[in-house]
Amino acid sequence: MSGTRTIQGQKNLQKIHQASKDGIGGSPLRPDGTLKVKGEFAYSSDMWHEDMLWGMALRSPHPRANILSVDISEALKVPGVYAVLTHEDIPGSKYYGLEIQDQPALAIDKVRYHGEAIALVAADHPETARRAVKKIKVEYEVLTPITTEEQCLDPETYGYVHEPHEYKSHGSGNVCHSQKLVSGGGVTDEIRALADVIVKGTYEVGMQDQAFLGPESGLAVPAEDGGVDLYIATQWLHVDRQQMAPVLALPEEKVRLTLAGVGGAFGGREDLSMQIHACLLALHTGKPVKIVYSRDESFFGHVHRHPAKMTYEHGATRDGKLVFADCRIVLDGGAYASASPAVVGNAASLGHGPYVIPNVRMEAIALYSNNPSCGAMRGFGAVQACFGYESQMDKLAAELGMDPVELRQINAVTQGDFMPTGQEIDAPAPVAELLQRVKDMPLPPPLDLENLDVRTLPGALSNTSHGEGIVRGIGYSVGIKNVGFSEGFDDYSTARVRLEVIGGEPVAMVHTAMAEVGQGGVTVHAQIARTELGVEQVTIHPANTEVGSAGSTSASRQTYMTGGAVKLAAEAVKQALIDKGRRRYGWEHKDITLVGGKVVSETGGVLVSMVDLLGDEAIDLTREHHHRPTVPFDKETGQGFGHVQYTFCANRAVVDVDVELGLVKVVELTAAQDVGRALNPLSVVGQIQGGCTQALGLAVMEEIVVKDGKVRNASFTDYLIPTILDTPPIPVDMLELPDPHAPYGLRGVGEAPTVSATPSIVAAIRNATGLALNRVPVRPEHLTGTL
Amino acid sequence: MRVTFTANGKPVEADDVWEGESLLYVLRERVGLPGSKNACEQGECGSCTVYLDGLPVCSCLVAAGQVQDREVRTVEGLSEENGELGLVQQAFVDAGAVQCGFCTPGLLVQTDALLAQDPQPSDTDIREALSGNLCRCTGYEKIMDAVRLASARTCAKAVSE
Ligand code: FES
Ligand code: FES
Repeated sequence: MSGTRTIQGQKNLQKIHQASKDGIGGSPLRPDGTLKVKGEFAYSSDMWHEDMLWGMALRSPHPRANILSVDISEALKVPGVYAVLTHEDIPGSKYYGLEIQDQPALAIDKVRYHGEAIALVAADHPETARRAVKKIKVEYEVLTPITTEEQCLDPETYGYVHEPHEYKSHGSGNVCHSQKLVSGGGVTDEIRALADVIVKGTYEVGMQDQAFLGPESGLAVPAEDGGVDLYIATQWLHVDRQQMAPVLALPEEKVRLTLAGVGGAFGGREDLSMQIHACLLALHTGKPVKIVYSRDESFFGHVHRHPAKMTYEHGATRDGKLVFADCRIVLDGGAYASASPAVVGNAASLGHGPYVIPNVRMEAIALYSNNPSCGAMRGFGAVQACFGYESQMDKLAAELGMDPVELRQINAVTQGDFMPTGQEIDAPAPVAELLQRVKDMPLPPPLDLENLDVRTLPGALSNTSHGEGIVRGIGYSVGIKNVGFSEGFDDYSTARVRLEVIGGEPVAMVHTAMAEVGQGGVTVHAQIARTELGVEQVTIHPANTEVGSAGSTSASRQTYMTGGAVKLAAEAVKQALIDKGRRRYGWEHKDITLVGGKVVSETGGVLVSMVDLLGDEAIDLTREHHHRPTVPFDKETGQGFGHVQYTFCANRAVVDVDVELGLVKVVELTAAQDVGRALNPLSVVGQIQGGCTQALGLAVMEEIVVKDGKVRNASFTDYLIPTILDTPPIPVDMLELPDPHAPYGLRGVGEAPTVSATPSIVAAIRNATGLALNRVPVRPEHLTGTL
Repeated sequence: MRVTFTANGKPVEADDVWEGESLLYVLRERVGLPGSKNACEQGECGSCTVYLDGLPVCSCLVAAGQVQDREVRTVEGLSEENGELGLVQQAFVDAGAVQCGFCTPGLLVQTDALLAQDPQPSDTDIREALSGNLCRCTGYEKIMDAVRLASARTCAKAVSE
């Protein structure tokens, strides 16, 4: 085998011995940073194997159609084509799915969304594959797509996305999942009568895309044992394998996955994309097969953030105390379930915000439709709701003539309060303080019309204004997000830690299946190992399925869960080493620990060097970290201890709006977040800034435009993500109030800012323009009234 | 067709190049220089930025045939001869400007080009110069820090030389 660059991919992390002493709380540099800036880090799309083929999928141009016939004969004749496969060539189960196995690996008899994969080609060049794909003839009976809430909820008239007999969900009709919640007295006329003021609003959130830069890609290499090795960018190796093996009709141990470099994920890699396709082609042709999505294929190939329609009604007393909240959140889940059930659970249980509300009624549902499938994206069901409840808070403050920050503070939850799910908040919840902190931060200087650089104005380089028509506004928001998997899911992670003497020095090796997607987990794992074992040298073993599952790199859970597992395994290794010393030397000290490569005791000083104690015997131990158990929410009342941990972020946005052209420039976006304990402050701040920027994107530009089920902007030309010119300075104020239930007291970080920042920007635009603005992204036409 | 050019100072040749192939594809799949990244292949994201005869270009928009007998410098060519990190590369690592790192190669080339032209750019100059390079992870703050750091080090180096 001469696939040299493939092997490099396996060594992305292996060969780095980080010569830093930094343990937790420090900010050592990323172990993969050097390779990344050299261009040597092997991302999944960089995989290469001699004699490899290129795979490509034929995708449906229709959102809803019956497939009458598929003719692959012409495609097979294209020189350089090695295989053309349809669902008939799938050896095992034809369906897969994260929570509900409702998605065919290749379409069977019908397509349910625009871009659904129907057939696969393997060829010697991507262009050959592209030409062959074009020669596959599919005869469709095109049907009217089911795309609106009204259509979805009336299947008698408009039809079913999944016919009742093929229906695999827990819901019924076109409802994929629903969750109700009632707390206090619910919302009745008597409860309403207790409020002095009532505000109502309907809000809409468009379909956002993760838009990670590294396209879905990977290399499948058929193995001699009949199995397959897949080098892949993913968020969760083991759950990919679990879904893949039955389709490939292979036992799980014959489907081996190794993480290749991941160019961002944000939830978009939680579902399978090309994994099964590449493996099917590789097993069929007996050759390595690489698939790299083009950007448009990427838009079709992964699930997006659920677009939402929400109605909110809040009642409060004259002095600003919330009396009740009545909420309904309708999420469009698209053609397949993906993570919709869990997204619904989040929306229902977090959808009233970080507020004490004595009476709540909530209903959240996800629909099946012929729109693109939606699933996990950073913020996971909490993002949509936050735009709803925070818009309501501003409305209520205006109605009461109160300061919007003060209103939020009056109602903010704090430790010891209860969520409407009945769950006690049993860790610090500094919501009011976070708001105060962003409010107290100095404001950016006002627009200086004298010394104007037009590049800093709305419209920027387009030179659309020289200051005329520009109005400034300020807005605030706060949000709540859960950390880890909820509702009774046995969330765990596995870590293997090995301590041995290499080159006369004690070296720790950390092996987990954690997907490093850019968040910096690998840095933190090395910090934890260094801290617990008192060593300098740590090697991070590449993530693969040879070790137990690490769970998903999502839900802000990896430092909590896999970091926790590394801590447990390292502690066990430490204990084993000390026990060895006790046996050998008969130490009586109770306070033995490992520091700077030595075994030391506070009372006895240095006892022995770790090198001497270890000798040539390695200590190698594996541990699992489970978080405390949660329970599913009661279906009707939404009651239950459903979430492991809560996390909070507050924002202040300052915007300039060109009211004539409807252009918005965010001038500054401030964040204050409680991170429990910052294991790596540099990374934590980086996560918060990145999260805020995605929220900015949702506020003013990012939306997959879907018309009649068809995606209209599947490219970076038309789907806009914030550039460096669109993104303002993002000052971050980090609070560290340890969570007594979490390893080191840490709190998941990555998602909270993406939840909270969007409404602050919209609030600032409202403040500047006086417009109601009940939909994100806010577009120029919303501001100029030219819709 | 056969295409010959220099990549990072070394002569390279690629055979059987299909006429529609981009410079990016040739670099990544034929020459063994996968450092330049393929994120949009439409000239929108800047991940594939390389120097072509000293000017930064999106290599996904350059047809392979266009580079015949020309000089290409990629992110791999920003490192020192001895393999040590170049100044801009080091600044990105030090500032924490690398998360997933997929945008990084393009940003490095673009930053290198900016500082060659203007060693002390203002923040707005930096934003303008890098506005063709998308980053989805960092929120750009640390990238600003990295460029400022690289600028300071460039200036310090110029003074000491
Ligand atoms: S890949 Fe060339 S600009 Fe995006
Ligand atoms: S670091 Fe991931 S795209 Fe920039």
